Amino acid sequence: MKTEIRFSGLGGQGIITAAVILGRAAALYSKKHVVQTQSYGPEARGGASASAVIISDDPVYYPNVTNPSVYVIMSQEAYNKYGNNAPEDALMLLDPGFVTSRPVCRCFEVPATSEAKSQLGKTVFANVIMLGALLEATGIVTYDALEHAVLDSVPKGTETNNKRALAIGQELVRSQL
Amino acid sequence: MNLEDWYRQDRLPHIYCAGCGNGTVLNCTLRAVQELGFRQEETTFISGIGCSSRASGYTSSDSLHTTHGRALAFATGVKLVKPHQHVIVFTGDGDCSAIGGNHFIHACRRNIDLTVVCINNNIYGMTGGQGSPCTPYGAITTTTPYGMHEQPFDLCKLAEAAGANYVARWTSYHVKELTEAIRSGLEVPGLSFIEVMTQCPTSFGSKNKMRLATQMIDMFRENAVLKVKADRDTAAGKPLEPGKFIVGEFVRRHNPPLGVEESK
Amino acid sequence: MTEKTDFLNGNVACAEGAIAAGCRFFAGYPITPSTEIAERMAARLPKIGGTFVQMEDELASVAAIIGGSWAGARTMTATSGPGFSLMMENIGYAAMTETPIVIINVQRGGPSTGQPTKAAQGDMLQCRYGSHGDYSIIALSPSSVQEMFDLTVRAFNLADRFRTPVFLMADETIGHMREKVSLHSDVEIIPRRELKEGELPCAPDENGVPGFGTFGNGHNIHITGLTHSENGYPSTDSAEVHEQLIRRQVGKIEDFRNEIADVDIVNPDAEYIFISYGAPTRTVRQLMADVPETYGHLNLRIVWPFPDESLLAFKNAKAFIIPEMNLGQIAKEVRQYTNIPIVIVPKLGGALHTPAELKKAAEVAKTVTKPMTEVRL
Repeated sequence: MKTEIRFSGLGGQGIITAAVILGRAAALYSKKHVVQTQSYGPEARGGASASAVIISDDPVYYPNVTNPSVYVIMSQEAYNKYGNNAPEDALMLLDPGFVTSRPVCRCFEVPATSEAKSQLGKTVFANVIMLGALLEATGIVTYDALEHAVLDSVPKGTETNNKRALAIGQELVRSQL
Repeated sequence: MNLEDWYRQDRLPHIYCAGCGNGTVLNCTLRAVQELGFRQEETTFISGIGCSSRASGYTSSDSLHTTHGRALAFATGVKLVKPHQHVIVFTGDGDCSAIGGNHFIHACRRNIDLTVVCINNNIYGMTGGQGSPCTPYGAITTTTPYGMHEQPFDLCKLAEAAGANYVARWTSYHVKELTEAIRSGLEVPGLSFIEVMTQCPTSFGSKNKMRLATQMIDMFRENAVLKVKADRDTAAGKPLEPGKFIVGEFVRRHNPPLGVEESK
Repeated sequence: MTEKTDFLNGNVACAEGAIAAGCRFFAGYPITPSTEIAERMAARLPKIGGTFVQMEDELASVAAIIGGSWAGARTMTATSGPGFSLMMENIGYAAMTETPIVIINVQRGGPSTGQPTKAAQGDMLQCRYGSHGDYSIIALSPSSVQEMFDLTVRAFNLADRFRTPVFLMADETIGHMREKVSLHSDVEIIPRRELKEGELPCAPDENGVPGFGTFGNGHNIHITGLTHSENGYPSTDSAEVHEQLIRRQVGKIEDFRNEIADVDIVNPDAEYIFISYGAPTRTVRQLMADVPETYGHLNLRIVWPFPDESLLAFKNAKAFIIPEMNLGQIAKEVRQYTNIPIVIVPKLGGALHTPAELKKAAEVAKTVTKPMTEVRL
């Protein structure tokens, strides 16, 4: 079993951090084989940010994402670049506050940024809300694994809010199931 | 240790031409080291490339004869790994300020605890007398056959502006003052830069009407103006006469140095 | 064994490997895509009694780590193509003075400024031959984040054992991707052999390597980049001294090439054999996992000195297929040691070969008869 997940959005939304946290949860706390990559250079300029995670039961040799089956998209520009070509059997989580287009594939609207602001007071939690939503939509790792990885990665003093962010994300998807 | 013990006896005689001033500078440097009572195992000599830089081969403690212009960067590595070492760098005007110019200003900026003895003979001696960044305006060299038409560096001003804690200039005529300056340089924490105006009768003097070493030494004696006098003259509105240069201690300060052990 | 696992990018794993190997002095200059190594060393070294210094350029960086090495530390720098070009001068000095240093090159597209954020393997020949004169070096090539850690440790041991500059020739792909990595803290350390009393500072032992006269230990030695006798003193006029010195310095590595070698040999009975190192090794392994028992594979973890005897393992070989992120630099080296047809699969521009591309190359290999055939992707 091998899953390729593409995260994309704007710089400052925590896109890379989200991908690294998911990779960490799968690699260190779920005994999966994982490779995380990200865009550098000109394509990562102009505010765009993209990262990919491959999670597999078998060793991952070729590190590049070829056929993502899961998309997390947090800007219209990112949708145009990555989401437009998502195949019908893919799964997409998008932030409707930033993305107006809708794909042909299965899609959850996760208003992570506005929920982060309204429920937690800061938009900085949007990426962890997205991770909670991704967890609920895919079950790609266990909740414990993801929570572990989140707590490894966030600044001290923000643990409670980050755990709440995970729960908010889970609920946003659960309500659409 | 005696002064002689600081020489690598089995390397002598040195390769310097008859009348060259480099031996004088080496002697003054080793005398300063000897007077301070340094031990061999805590003293390292490092040099670049050129006549000046052969000096490290004649010192009896550990020494590193490196690449052209880079001696200060090598010395930076030695000093940062072993801060208790006294690290002395021999360099020349071309080595220090042309190919090594960037390393020079950055070593001064870091104010790393090295003592730099720059032997300024106004040309590239080892390769037969080409013009350097310190060739005086109008001087004849093999690459300035019609007279140098670029302005020279003032290495001491460069070192001062870049941040060195100790800066002085003497000549191969001023052996006592030079020895004293190198001693001071070794004692002041941070980068110490001592420029020594030195005769190269073979390649510089011969092309500039000073074929004999004594003529060049006389020129140093006549043209060197003590800093106290130069300061007095400046205050009185008298500019430095053409061809003259200032000698003395220009800077002695205690800005935070790099590469100094906590206890020092 | 104390062991910590983490999820890190290759550059950070490399810095951790250096620290585990006892590297306590890093001098460097920022350059994409290697900068995370310098940043990690800057954060870590001061806390463990080491020193980080950001130099004015890469010439100075190599000079400083050579100085630091003579002062007794395990020392390292990291760079990429443009900085690597600047390092060549003092790499030659390190070879001539037999100074153990480790240089990391996270390769990017060149020549010149090229593609700063894209992977390449275009510096493989420069690494071997880039400084003037005859000399030899050792170069390793990691293909995973774990190898960024493990091979950095190995690089320090090889540098001290052979008293030579050792290169970790990584690339942007491996430097920037994150994987799980075991950070062993008690790695094997093979220290350099200190000069014995009465031993000349440049006289070889039975392995052709002189004892190391650490500065400050009372050896009172003179080290120079000029041609020198066994006592370390310049001796630039004698043809005999020069030839003896250079042949010894080259021989101390080249004569041990098959001892230094570190390769993976998979399916040695196969007829069509991939030879790879670094990131393309990952694609070869992917293809071999997708279509097992079809191809052979020679993976080079140490590229220089080239482990020529490893080619002999493939007794039924009909073609060697060599994917590189350059125009066939190591393929030319392979050519020297075999008459078996070679299929080169160059890929430029930053993207790694895909498994499909390598499969296509393998199909071409079945038809070749010429000594060297290029597959244009």
